[in-house]
Amino acid sequence: MDTSTADSRSSTRVRHPASANLRRVAPYFAPHRGKMWFVALSAMVSIAAALATPLIAKAVIDGPIADGDKAAIVPWVVLSVGLAFVETGLARFRRVFLAATAMDVETHLRNELYRHLQRLDVGFHDRWQSGQLLSRATSDIATIRRFSAFGAVFLLIISLEVLGIFALLVNLYWPLALVAAAFSVPVLVLCTRFEHEYTAVVRRIQDELGDMTTEIEEAAKGIGVIKSFGRARFAFTRYDGHVQRVHASQMERIGIHTKFVWLLAIVPNLILTATLLAGVLAVGSGAITLGGLFAFVSYVLILVFPLEALGWILAMAQEAMTAADRVYEVIDTEPVIDDSPDAVDVDEATGGVSGSVRFENVHFAYPPPESVLVTGPDRQTDRPVTRSVLGGVDLVVEPGETLALVGATGSGKTTIATLLARLHDPTAGRITLDGHDLRDLTVTSVRRHIGFAFEEATLFSASVRENLRIGKPGCTDADIAGALRIAHADFVADLPWGLDTRIGEQGMNLSGGQRQRLALARAVIAKPTILILDDPLSALDVHTEALVEAALRPMLATRTALVVVHRPSTIALADRAALLDGGRIVATGTHTELLATEPRYRAILAQTSEHESDEGILA
Amino acid sequence: MTTRDLEGRENLDVTGAESIDSWRGVAPEDVDDVEGTLATLLRSRSRALLTSLLRPHKRTMLWATALIGVNMVAHLSAPWFVGMAIDDGVPPLLDGGSGSIRPILMIVGGFLVATVVGAVTFNAFLLVSGRVGQDVIVDVRHRLSRHFTDLSIGFHQRYTSGRVISRQTSDVEAISELLGHGLLQLTTSVLTLGGIAVILVVLDPVLALASLVVMPALYLLTRWFRHHSERAYRATREAIALVIVHFVESFGGIQAVQAFRREPRNQEIFEDLDARYRDANIWSARLAATYGPGVQFAGRVTTAIVLFYGGSRVIDGHIEIGVLAAFILYLRQFFEPMQELSQFYNLFQAAAAATEKLSGVLDERPAVPSATDPVGLPVPHGALSFEAVSFSYGAHTVLHHLDLEVHAGQTVAVVGETGAGKSTVARLVARFWDPTDGVVRLDGIDLRRLADEDLRRAVVMVTQDTFLFSGSVADNIAFGRPGATRAEVEAAAAAIGADSFIGGLPQGFDTDIQAKGACLSAGQRQLLAFARAFLADPAVLILDEATSSLDIPSERLVQRALRTLLADRTAIIIAHRLTTVEIADRVLVVDEGRIVEDGSPAELRSSGGDYADLHAAWADSLV
Repeated sequence: MDTSTADSRSSTRVRHPASANLRRVAPYFAPHRGKMWFVALSAMVSIAAALATPLIAKAVIDGPIADGDKAAIVPWVVLSVGLAFVETGLARFRRVFLAATAMDVETHLRNELYRHLQRLDVGFHDRWQSGQLLSRATSDIATIRRFSAFGAVFLLIISLEVLGIFALLVNLYWPLALVAAAFSVPVLVLCTRFEHEYTAVVRRIQDELGDMTTEIEEAAKGIGVIKSFGRARFAFTRYDGHVQRVHASQMERIGIHTKFVWLLAIVPNLILTATLLAGVLAVGSGAITLGGLFAFVSYVLILVFPLEALGWILAMAQEAMTAADRVYEVIDTEPVIDDSPDAVDVDEATGGVSGSVRFENVHFAYPPPESVLVTGPDRQTDRPVTRSVLGGVDLVVEPGETLALVGATGSGKTTIATLLARLHDPTAGRITLDGHDLRDLTVTSVRRHIGFAFEEATLFSASVRENLRIGKPGCTDADIAGALRIAHADFVADLPWGLDTRIGEQGMNLSGGQRQRLALARAVIAKPTILILDDPLSALDVHTEALVEAALRPMLATRTALVVVHRPSTIALADRAALLDGGRIVATGTHTELLATEPRYRAILAQTSEHESDEGILA
Repeated sequence: MTTRDLEGRENLDVTGAESIDSWRGVAPEDVDDVEGTLATLLRSRSRALLTSLLRPHKRTMLWATALIGVNMVAHLSAPWFVGMAIDDGVPPLLDGGSGSIRPILMIVGGFLVATVVGAVTFNAFLLVSGRVGQDVIVDVRHRLSRHFTDLSIGFHQRYTSGRVISRQTSDVEAISELLGHGLLQLTTSVLTLGGIAVILVVLDPVLALASLVVMPALYLLTRWFRHHSERAYRATREAIALVIVHFVESFGGIQAVQAFRREPRNQEIFEDLDARYRDANIWSARLAATYGPGVQFAGRVTTAIVLFYGGSRVIDGHIEIGVLAAFILYLRQFFEPMQELSQFYNLFQAAAAATEKLSGVLDERPAVPSATDPVGLPVPHGALSFEAVSFSYGAHTVLHHLDLEVHAGQTVAVVGETGAGKSTVARLVARFWDPTDGVVRLDGIDLRRLADEDLRRAVVMVTQDTFLFSGSVADNIAFGRPGATRAEVEAAAAAIGADSFIGGLPQGFDTDIQAKGACLSAGQRQLLAFARAFLADPAVLILDEATSSLDIPSERLVQRALRTLLADRTAIIIAHRLTTVEIADRVLVVDEGRIVEDGSPAELRSSGGDYADLHAAWADSLV
């Protein structure tokens, strides 16, 4: 099972150095090596220029001003402007290069994650909430980008800057440098400590905001129920609980911040006072010049920022490592459904697919939902057992035949349908297409021959045309018109922009019946060898249902079809029906045969005599 | 193909052409798209919202201002003390080498005091302003939550839940960010700028004037930056929104994606969107990369000018050397906050756009307002009457002068084609909407005058969309009646026949309903919704297509349950499956907003009208 392998991998990964996953980002920087060299070198030049400025002021104070020579100031001023130009000019290009590199790396990493997620099987996506994946694709990758581009470079720049300042301070007057150094250590320690504390609270606030968002979502989506039962106050109380929790955590965050800022405001000024006192005494004793004191004070003021920054970069590094672990946890998950090394194209294997489908003793069990992934690897004990759905299904669908799958809710009809499209693989047994085990064929070649209309009509936030084109890339408007005709989706012409109207979450709101008809059109547009229809007409009214069925019939006559049926009206489409009960096919035959011989079949599909008795009562 | 369709295509010129965006299709302009400029923050309704949010905190804010004022004085004194140390601390020590150490000790002592005062006041300011910010956020959240529940169902349908959610999440967070970080920065930056400007003038007005030389250039640079960064910022927001939508939809609909081998096309679209996001970000970074160093350069040039001109003034004896030193140190502090402001500009833009949207939504008046002078109805009987009720939806009239009397206890089924107005009848009774014309009465009282609580206790609607909240099965049933005991909850489930499947769940009634009921089938969810309604025990029960997603065994269960449920109460049933209709005392056939047939199911079946046709078609479909 893929989860167990993923687990074992993550537990072995813990033994690697914490930065192991973060270092895997390095190759993405390779194409930008030239830029990164420029960034590093220019940073050194800029630092040198920046650090020279106080020395110029020192030279002016000790030289021309002390001598009273105005003209002698001019060359210094020109030098200072020149240095400033070099420094800020380089900074400008450095920042542009950095941003371009960082964003490029981020984009590539995200594209790779997306590519991998598309390869991962439906089972994986059933277990993972898309919100979880989204936060890895956005905030985690952004965290990695921030550190690996800005953070890493800043770490270099700032370390150099701090070293440079200390070298200059020692050079100016070493006892004063010692004073400054003694006070710097606590700043660095405090910053790092603070970042840890602060990050922990911020994490918690994010979790609490997440919970609150769930509450908001429920209130927004369940507004009809809330209003219908007049439970606004109840909903508000629940929501307010979250609001107050977030408020409390925010105040805690502010408390930590305040405590830290307080220290950060005091410590540098203490350095400054100490330097000032010692410096003035040193000037008095002639150890340093007045200009030297000024330069010294300037450097101490410059020093505060890099020390602060060093603290947050160290914390950022830690966050980036965690983020990289989370991203690579997904990328390292192997897809369960993938081409085997010697998989062949189904057309090559068969020389033209006839559409003969056979299930042989197929078992299937759903793995438990992976809620543990949300909370991390520590809570992986007492996981619930897998949920067995199919326990030995034997089923044959002949080429050109339409078979109806009948069974109670939750009996596994949809599971059988998804197994045929290889959205899942059987836990045991095998499924063959024209005599070839699906797992010996390439995945895409199998799916090329299958058209699928899902029970939940999934439409994307794109134009109607694009939504249909999903069924057949590169299809013409004539193809589309044909498919729309079969599905009786003539309402498309009345949409404000016709086929170009955006539908889905971000576009036009369609009714359940309209959505279902578009999903059906998408399934039939490619005229696939095998058609899988999972209760595709449930949201249509009786009248439209009859029209769609009539249009579908010629299409079904010439191809293999598996139709999941909940209602007697749909069964008329099928040549034969199979009854699914207790995870097995317990009976097959025509609708009339099964009605006559199978009480379980009758219980599911026959309208009971109850309403007749009702009529009796009413009449 | 309609003419409207053709016109739309011509205007947009997307036919056939493979423009990069054509896959997205066209949607009405997003009404949320407001200009994200600081100017919007100043628009009257945004301003009114901010004022009303901040008014309760007026005193605290005065306090905070006083604190930060004192802090600024202390904070900005550092270079001043350095200057004094040079001018007053050093000379006595130089005179003979054994001069008084007192002046420098005084100066350093003063500096220490200023440091402590600065730290303490800043500390207090952070706490006070932080609390105000958080209280304001709680206030915003409360207002929004209350307001959204007050607004009518019609509003929610139009506005969509997605926007209701983003108003309460990302928009509130944008304001929270501004209050939490941005405002602090803004206040300190502005005060620092102002404070330093004053100090510079005090130190030496002439030198201060000289340092203004670069200001015009700086002004132009800032204007340029603001103008472009607003556009860049918006481009970034739009790009990331598209990336997120595509990402979420790809994996929300992964079954369809994989079944239809959509992966390559999806990858293509995603990489395109991602590239656009990258480019927008790089654009934005370029602007900052020009502005930040630009300000820095201006600062250095100013320093050079001051060094030259100030040096000359020292030589000429106009100012002392300590003043020049202090001046240069202050200039450093002057240009730093300007750079910081550029970094927080995005925060302001986000908050301004968010405030605009929030003030817009809070200005929305509920279309179905609560009664101002409510009439109570402690014991509802359930008699309904429609008196010449019309209802229009935009230009489209759904109901025409509908007259209808429903006696207490009667079960009425409403049938008719999609769009005939069946659901409108149901929603008017539940007062999700108010009639455009005419009156709907419950027990003789106009619904608009009925106390909301009494109305909701008397009338409950169950729809096809059975929303379940996160929580246990029992919690979800108990939603029907606050304070119901566990025994009552279980009895309700048993009465509906939901107890058997609940018993089969891992923890029975305590089973957590994960992911909005995803682990339950549509039929099971429907049964829970019925149990909820049964527990609520309303005088009037409305079933709007409530059984259409059930398979036959579940429907059979529900039929049985309905007999219990409908026994002694008024019921309005809307269904296109006639199984449910047949249990009614009375059937209304609605066509284009008018009642065209009215009678018992048996009468109508034999009358040869629409209902008879419908029934015949349905009977055929059963085979």
